[in-house]
Amino acid sequence: MTKQKLKKILLGKELSDGVIFKAIVYVLLIAIGFVYLYPILYMISYSFKSPTDIIDPMVNWIPRRLYFDNYLRSAKVLNYFPTLGMSLLVTLLPAILQTAVTSLIGYGFAKYNFRGKKIWLMLVLSTFIVPVQVYMIPRYVMFNKFGLLDSPFSVILPALFAQGVNSAIFILVFYQFFRMIPHSFNEAAELDGAGPYQIFFRIAVPLAAPAYITCFLFGFVWYWNETYLLSLFLPGYPHLQLKLASFVSAYSSLYSKDIIKLNEGIRLSATLLIIIPMLIVYLIMQRWFVEGVEKTGITGE
Amino acid sequence: MNRKKTLRNDLIAYSFIGVWIFGFAVFMAFPLVASLVFSLSNVSVLGTGLEVKPSGFKNFIAIFEIEDGFVFLEKLADFLVELLFRLPIIIVFSIIIAVLLNRKFRGRALFRSIFFLPVIISSGPVINELISQGAGGTNIINSYGFISIIEESLNPTLAKPLVALFSEIIIVFWFSGVQILIILAGLQKIDRSIYEAASVDGAGPWEKFWKITLPALSNLIFVNIIYTVVLLATFSENEVIQHIRGSMNKIDQNYSYYGIASAMAWIYFIVILAVLGILALLFMPRERKRRKRFGQ
Repeated sequence: MTKQKLKKILLGKELSDGVIFKAIVYVLLIAIGFVYLYPILYMISYSFKSPTDIIDPMVNWIPRRLYFDNYLRSAKVLNYFPTLGMSLLVTLLPAILQTAVTSLIGYGFAKYNFRGKKIWLMLVLSTFIVPVQVYMIPRYVMFNKFGLLDSPFSVILPALFAQGVNSAIFILVFYQFFRMIPHSFNEAAELDGAGPYQIFFRIAVPLAAPAYITCFLFGFVWYWNETYLLSLFLPGYPHLQLKLASFVSAYSSLYSKDIIKLNEGIRLSATLLIIIPMLIVYLIMQRWFVEGVEKTGITGE
Repeated sequence: MNRKKTLRNDLIAYSFIGVWIFGFAVFMAFPLVASLVFSLSNVSVLGTGLEVKPSGFKNFIAIFEIEDGFVFLEKLADFLVELLFRLPIIIVFSIIIAVLLNRKFRGRALFRSIFFLPVIISSGPVINELISQGAGGTNIINSYGFISIIEESLNPTLAKPLVALFSEIIIVFWFSGVQILIILAGLQKIDRSIYEAASVDGAGPWEKFWKITLPALSNLIFVNIIYTVVLLATFSENEVIQHIRGSMNKIDQNYSYYGIASAMAWIYFIVILAVLGILALLFMPRERKRRKRFGQ
């Protein structure tokens, strides 16, 4: 009898209910999770290591003492806070504009049947797979002609017209989301005499708040991490990502006479400084990221 | 009356999507056409602007003749090999993690956040720094002498991409954050009662995974495949696209590098389309009925 009970606890009614199975899942997840986070843990550990700790083979994960000098140096090289502000300008603005505009477009597709709808929708989808490289040179020529190179507008304008980073995905998300709102809402509002734009702003937008938050956050993160077009259109713009890419030369020119040469600790502290703003956003808003993928119907057809 | 109503309806609809059509024309369609023209022209940058002279397929032929073109083709081939290794790893990894996370247990939310974290921080420069400073996982792999085993036991053509793969294996896993969530969302939509019915019929977890879970996910796996290919193809540190941008600003008396870079971009686009086409033929779920049955 007890043997049977024990068996039931260990193996469960079904294999997947038992303690053994659960333990295996935990061990697997913790092991994979550790490997997965390894680069981040490594980065944190090294960013607090003094030059002597770095060469000392006895110091593995935990530095002898917390050494903040790495951060002071890399913050100075990056000119951290002014650069952060400038970077946020070309991250937040396009993300906000893109979210607002793609919601309009998604709503138009979701709530109206009109001539040419299928073709436009297909075109929206197809823009997702066109690599930037194919159209970047003419865009570059165009921006150059209008004096928009190195101006935030070269990032903001495409976002304003829903041609920004992954705009197609956001249009699709809003399309899915607005389709889920019952049509009777619109009809009832129409009977009350509300116009199409009133319905959009008064009814659809408030209902779609979760989609807005998720799209904004993804846009924010994707803009922050998009550096290919940034270095093409804003080569001289003070952006943290670009400063990280040229960190080595910037360091050696600023600290040319210093005894402490550039080491892993300093470089990884600079890297951490770049990702910290996003880590903070993620810590506060992580639900919206993770659950957003499920709830906004990104995973629909 | 009715016609008037549909016209009004169309006008309102277009007032919503008009922004996109305008943006598409200015920032996408026009540049695409211009880029096609560039790729078939001799483009010279003058003080007054661009001088574009049609030159037929000269730019495309040049890619197979000049050194810069060879380097491009080589990088393109390397990228395709890399894709061949990375794509299945990312897809399988995201399924495994999603299946592990798809049960109720303490800490589920924490693990879910961990596996999504890289999406938040993976920019080109950050990944570059992590790899170059040894945080990419080379140490873990190396400590077991794994890389030297590969290098010694395989011939160099196969060993090179494998070593490249394993020395950045963690970073490769990092590309699966969004895909994990997509699969996870799919798993949660599968009707529990199907599993119960299968249990009654005596199916074990292994069988249930292959016969129920995987078929139900086929649609989303396909979405993930497309997403992953596009993600890897457009990642800012991708050597092919780096090379195209580098070529763009080269100056040479005999060649027009705006033209050559445009031709490279079109070759790249066509190759990506071909890859997506082949993957669609192989993995596009054909049975629409199945999709309906599982309520997706």
